[in-house]
Amino acid sequence: MTSTVELPVRKGESGDKAAHGPRRRVPGRIRRIGLPYLLLLPALILELLVHLVPMVIGIVMSFKELTQFYIRDWGAAPWAGLDNFRMSVDFDAPVGEALLHSFFVTVAFTLLSVGLCWLIGTAAAICMQDTFRGRGLLRALFLVPYALPVYAAVITWVFMFQHDNGLVNHVLHDQLGLTDKPSFWLIGDNSFIALLVVSVWKGWPFAFLIVMAGLQNIPRELYEAAALDGAGMWQQIRRITLPSLGAVNQVLILVLFLWTFNDFNTPYVLFGKSAPEAADLISVHIYQASFVTWNFGTGSAMSVLLLLFLLLVTGVYLAVTSRGRRASRA
Amino acid sequence: MPSSPMAPPRSFLWTRLVFLTLLAGFVLLPVYVMISSSLKPLADVTGKFRWIPSELTFQPYIDIWSTVPLARYFVNSLIVASAAAVCSVVIAVFSAYAVSRYDFRGKRVFTITVLSTQMFPGILFLLPLFLIYVNIGNATGIALFGSRGGLILTYLTFSLPFSIWMLIGYFDSVPRDLDEAALVDGCGPLGALFRVVVPAAIPGIVAVTVYAFMTAWGEVLFASVMTNDTTRTLAVGLQGYSTLYDVYWNQIMAASLVVSVPVVAGFLLLQRYLVAGLTAGAVK
Amino acid sequence: MRSIRAAAVGAVTMSLALAASACGGGSSTEGGSNDSPKTLTYWASNQGASIEIDKKVLQPELDKFKKQTGIEVKVEVVPWSDLLNRILTATTSGQGPDVLNIGNTWSASLQATGALLPWDAKNFEAIGGKDRFVDSALGSTGAEGKDPAAVPLYSMAYALYYNKKMFADAGIAQPPTTWAEFVEDGKKLSKGGKWALGVEGANPSENIHHAVVFAKQHGGDFFTADGKPDFTNDGAVAGVKEFVDLMAKDKVIAPGNAEYAQNQSVSDFAKGKTAMLLWQSASANLKSQGMSEDSFGIAPVPVQSGTPGTGTGVNSMVMGINLAVFKNSDNLDGAKKFVKFMTSDAEQKILNTAYSSIPPVKGAQADAAFNTPANGVLKNTLATSAVAAPQVADESQFETAVGTAIKGLFADAAAGRAVTTESVKAALEKAQAQMPAA
Repeated sequence: MTSTVELPVRKGESGDKAAHGPRRRVPGRIRRIGLPYLLLLPALILELLVHLVPMVIGIVMSFKELTQFYIRDWGAAPWAGLDNFRMSVDFDAPVGEALLHSFFVTVAFTLLSVGLCWLIGTAAAICMQDTFRGRGLLRALFLVPYALPVYAAVITWVFMFQHDNGLVNHVLHDQLGLTDKPSFWLIGDNSFIALLVVSVWKGWPFAFLIVMAGLQNIPRELYEAAALDGAGMWQQIRRITLPSLGAVNQVLILVLFLWTFNDFNTPYVLFGKSAPEAADLISVHIYQASFVTWNFGTGSAMSVLLLLFLLLVTGVYLAVTSRGRRASRA
Repeated sequence: MPSSPMAPPRSFLWTRLVFLTLLAGFVLLPVYVMISSSLKPLADVTGKFRWIPSELTFQPYIDIWSTVPLARYFVNSLIVASAAAVCSVVIAVFSAYAVSRYDFRGKRVFTITVLSTQMFPGILFLLPLFLIYVNIGNATGIALFGSRGGLILTYLTFSLPFSIWMLIGYFDSVPRDLDEAALVDGCGPLGALFRVVVPAAIPGIVAVTVYAFMTAWGEVLFASVMTNDTTRTLAVGLQGYSTLYDVYWNQIMAASLVVSVPVVAGFLLLQRYLVAGLTAGAVK
Repeated sequence: MRSIRAAAVGAVTMSLALAASACGGGSSTEGGSNDSPKTLTYWASNQGASIEIDKKVLQPELDKFKKQTGIEVKVEVVPWSDLLNRILTATTSGQGPDVLNIGNTWSASLQATGALLPWDAKNFEAIGGKDRFVDSALGSTGAEGKDPAAVPLYSMAYALYYNKKMFADAGIAQPPTTWAEFVEDGKKLSKGGKWALGVEGANPSENIHHAVVFAKQHGGDFFTADGKPDFTNDGAVAGVKEFVDLMAKDKVIAPGNAEYAQNQSVSDFAKGKTAMLLWQSASANLKSQGMSEDSFGIAPVPVQSGTPGTGTGVNSMVMGINLAVFKNSDNLDGAKKFVKFMTSDAEQKILNTAYSSIPPVKGAQADAAFNTPANGVLKNTLATSAVAAPQVADESQFETAVGTAIKGLFADAAAGRAVTTESVKAALEKAQAQMPAA
């Protein structure tokens, strides 16, 4: 224990004593069994209150015909059975077709965005692992997109993407002459690119932050040993850095995936209540199907389908990556 | 690596230079646009984009305070985001420690359930959550809707799942020998947590705190229906610069910069903790 | 520790019980009361240049009301971006203001929720009678045959704003009165980087306001008499096509307008980039953007032929804001008193002058302040040639579906893709398929 003295311990002491005192009386065995549950309790209660119970209500909503005629008194809303679901997955009818389209757009967008965020974030974190002049400044700079309020950041991009007066067209068309005429970024097919750029710009610093913190936990000795073995810089990155980040990456990628998939703020600020077809992300699509058109039943059904899909993806992902990590460790 | 006996090869240094320069450009571009636009009169901002402002004015920085109650929104955001971040991290530390260090029944169920809460689109539990808050308010008199408390509670649970998962990862990477040594030395389990595990995982904890703070700082949808004029946060309040008449681009940019400066400064202060991780030889 | 666990179990049970009760229904206070007669909460919509300016306009009036009645009104000016969501959550949970502003296109939709106090004869009596209000304004307060869900507060109408100097430079003596003239003049004005007209192509609501009028001028309606969606009839298709053709075929609108959704077209007009603007009550706005009052003229929106009137002669939707009372208010009498106060002749004059709108109250409308040439055009339009927004419960679905379809058509036009009768019809067909099967 003596060696940990140099680490900051001040924070722990008071909490430690308070939590420590009364528990002495409880027999050791019960304490051992009960303690983990006790530690989980606050998280559990809050998750129940704010996520799980509303989620259950949301699932119940998906079986109801919840339009403006009934929102005032949910109990009176008639049961719709599976109608809301049937409507959502009837891909030949316009509603289902639009949902399917929106789903594919979202999948494509999410894969690209998460891939780029992770790649840029990890590369930047590795590049900035050793000290060089200006590292601190650069690190602070890189966190700026993350520190700006979403609305401020996205509205700035809206400003830059404007057709007539925006910076992007000014550079691409006026200054570089890459396009014959100014392009539209906020409507039409290019809106997908615009959305992706904004999402990556805003999202990669988070990957950077998390990977950077993860890198700190890789013991130096590993690198030293590898260097003695004659491994070069690139090999060290491949053989030590990336595998050691396994645990962090597993969660990071999953969470980036889930957020990007469900991201509402970015497309909403970028395109408003009606997104162009090329960038019709599922979150805004569902928002439109429920809040804008006041049909909460159908909106909920779509969300439940989404939840099932994400559960499946997450399950497969965790199974595959956990096995992968176990195999690589063995 | 300073401690590494080999200097990084040239190819690495060049790649790094090019990559970081491009990246900095990408990051800075909108920031430059924000700064330059915030110093232009509105007529210039709505005109053709120019790299160099033809005329500089600080008027937007004066106007921002009277167009919307920016100071109040800022204070609200600061209170909500800080409280949510601190609570979220403290709760997450306990949970992550339990999962990382104990074997107990229901562990998998817990972690999976917590993670699954990230999958439900926020739009759909907005309404149910609002109902629950109203009902709690009616039953107990605790006003959760429209108050900062309700928002804090909501946001802290938004960041909780990921915080727990990340911290489990960070705690797992803290060698168990360390806290076992502490237990042998007579610390209780919580003693081991706070004396050994937490200090060793400071970078992770700081990263998670920053994340929890930013989640609350930027959220738009819930804040738009759960706050009123007195409790409105910045994320929503900034929209006040785009009015029925006009979008005050220069004021939006100025206000965004003004409110972001303290946050970026806070990041700067926290930065050194991000890298002050496991020192070699913590185990002896 | 055992007690902590017990508490935990209790908390979990409680949250589940809460969930169950939430499922069972939102509002626990069914019907209204007069339990707290001394206070009112009021959600005002943003009518002026900013939220802070609105507060400055409203507060002195609320103080007056307090002096008269002793009731304190707590006002919150809710931004447009949040207003409908706030109303929806308030409706669902029963936790809302006592009095609120609603956009008059929402009247029928919100009426269908049953959350708003119906203005029957007795309630109208309490605020001085229904006949104090202008008929056209009353036409946008709810579905036909039902008691209005709200009371008109501010009225607005579309008009054609034109830049006098640009007209003179192009040798145009009079503002156009028909669309044929409009296009002819527009072609003269659209050159040298300037354009004849500005529109908010990416703003669904704005598109709808024009589409309804254009459709009417072609004898089409978006809803059948019994309230069923009918988006693809010839009149509606021809109307929408004519509107989009202003950009696609006639090229009198800059393609860049296809992405406008934040009132950029108003500032373009104020800056002299466009010569004309179709807008509702824009005078105060234009002045605040530095345009002097004598530099722009105001004329009725063009029609197909002849002069504006009823039927195919309409040239504006009835725009405006209504004042509604939440049914479960705990100060119903106070709320009615407040509505009476806000719709009194004196207050109507003050408020409508501040927001450059037209009072929907006959007594106030007669005031000299509303007889300026600009207000004369708006007043005349409202009185003779304005059509109410479709008063159907699915109005907001309609706005979203058709408004988005038109946004897409403008995007096509801007990208140089052909906009044909078939493509318009296809877009509208798709929009109709998204409407709830009724």
